[in-house]
Amino acid sequence: MSDKRYTEDHEWVMVSGSEAVVGISVHAQEQLGDIVFVELPDVGKALVKGKEAAVVESVKAASEIYAPADGEVLEVNEALNDEPGKVNSAAEGDGWFFKMKLSDPSQVADLMDEAAYKSFIEG
Amino acid sequence: MDDTSASGAKPTVLYALHQELGGKIVPFAGYALPVQYPAGIMAEHKQAREAAALFDVSHMGQVKLTGADRVAALEALVPADLAGLAVGRQRYSFFTNDAGGILDDLMISNQGEWLFLVVNAACKEADIAHLKAGLKGDVTLSELTDRALVAVQGPKAAAVLARLAPGVQTLKFMDCKPVEVAGAACLVSRSGYTGEDGYEISVPADKAEALVRRLLDEDEVAPAGLGARDSLRLEAGLCLYGHDIDTTTTPVEADLVWAMQKRRRQEGGFPGAAVVQKQLAEGAGRRRVGLQPEGRAPMREGTVLQNAQGEDVGVVTSGGFGPTLGAPVAMGYVTADLAAEGTALQAVVRGKAMPCRVAALPFVPHNYFRG
Repeated sequence: MSDKRYTEDHEWVMVSGSEAVVGISVHAQEQLGDIVFVELPDVGKALVKGKEAAVVESVKAASEIYAPADGEVLEVNEALNDEPGKVNSAAEGDGWFFKMKLSDPSQVADLMDEAAYKSFIEG
Repeated sequence: MDDTSASGAKPTVLYALHQELGGKIVPFAGYALPVQYPAGIMAEHKQAREAAALFDVSHMGQVKLTGADRVAALEALVPADLAGLAVGRQRYSFFTNDAGGILDDLMISNQGEWLFLVVNAACKEADIAHLKAGLKGDVTLSELTDRALVAVQGPKAAAVLARLAPGVQTLKFMDCKPVEVAGAACLVSRSGYTGEDGYEISVPADKAEALVRRLLDEDEVAPAGLGARDSLRLEAGLCLYGHDIDTTTTPVEADLVWAMQKRRRQEGGFPGAAVVQKQLAEGAGRRRVGLQPEGRAPMREGTVLQNAQGEDVGVVTSGGFGPTLGAPVAMGYVTADLAAEGTALQAVVRGKAMPCRVAALPFVPHNYFRG
């Protein structure tokens, strides 16, 4: 059973048991514009909810991507090194950033579901 | 990642058109201007390199100097040879301060009975105050607030504009002449801020929107915003005031000696001339250079540059991604001994040392029409 949640910082989190895949929302990539570089975390890095986990750079500027929950990086999307534009073309699919092990899956349950996120960005 | 509000910023005469075209409006130098349109910065950048892009640069200040002493009076404030500037020709220059620092950069053209100046929006008020205080003798300054300024830039610009104004294709790079464009009395210069061939058109404000709509009707033309303007000028190695040049940088340090013609370099007679002449003779301690990161991570403004020993030797003043190169590019200042092309340096990006090299400017060759 998987469940997609969104943070107020526009990351999405697809939870599957005690693991989660993290990326940025379609709305976020629209706001950022053309993505030219993604700095991914090292595998094994300890993540702290709300602290920097990755950096995404558009033509204009660099933006920090925050960890949606506490945990550890299990895998990163190496394809973004050569094709950062995947974040624009498939933000909530092939443009995922990293997979993490959740220390406390209940942290994710507090995040917005798709409907709540939709009203958040329209708000 | 937050939306930038343009509240409080002044609209240009083309504001409604920017909104109609879906421009993402941001405040810039006190003006509400599109940073990009729906096509996006990459596409707008390529538009200028491959066809023709249209920019609203009406935020820039347009100033007219008349009076018998206008040439000598302005020469006392800038290191350009204006006495030797033919009618219909334009020069790039800068206002210097007593320390040889740069107060603003500008374009100056000789319109026969008057001089036409185009200055940066952010410096406009200070420039005008500086001019009013510094211009001596019979000179009258008026700001041309009733004119908009639009740029058409790219390899197709000449063919497109010639349809609206037959003859403009014969203008040469840095010509600046009165031309009727689609029925509007304009001042057209063959110049720009992209490294491409193209024109900047000073047009009466009440004719600007019709002219821009007419240009956008042409198949080769699409609108471009501030984002593409910045990536284009960075690839072209052109300075952005307040970033690559400011009151703490001299023309020698900024590698702008080419913009100070021989007579002025020898005679001086502009603010800070003694400092500039000393640096011309003895060299400056640091120099503006191009920087090519070896990886894919952009090096942004403020990034510290180090030598192989890890000692600080300079700083990035403009940096981002060059869409035409498909790679990050930057400019910055380094100590003079490290300014040679090919010198290996490292840039400290988010605490990590990233290798980069001093690169020749421009990154993308200029495509000016010199006749």
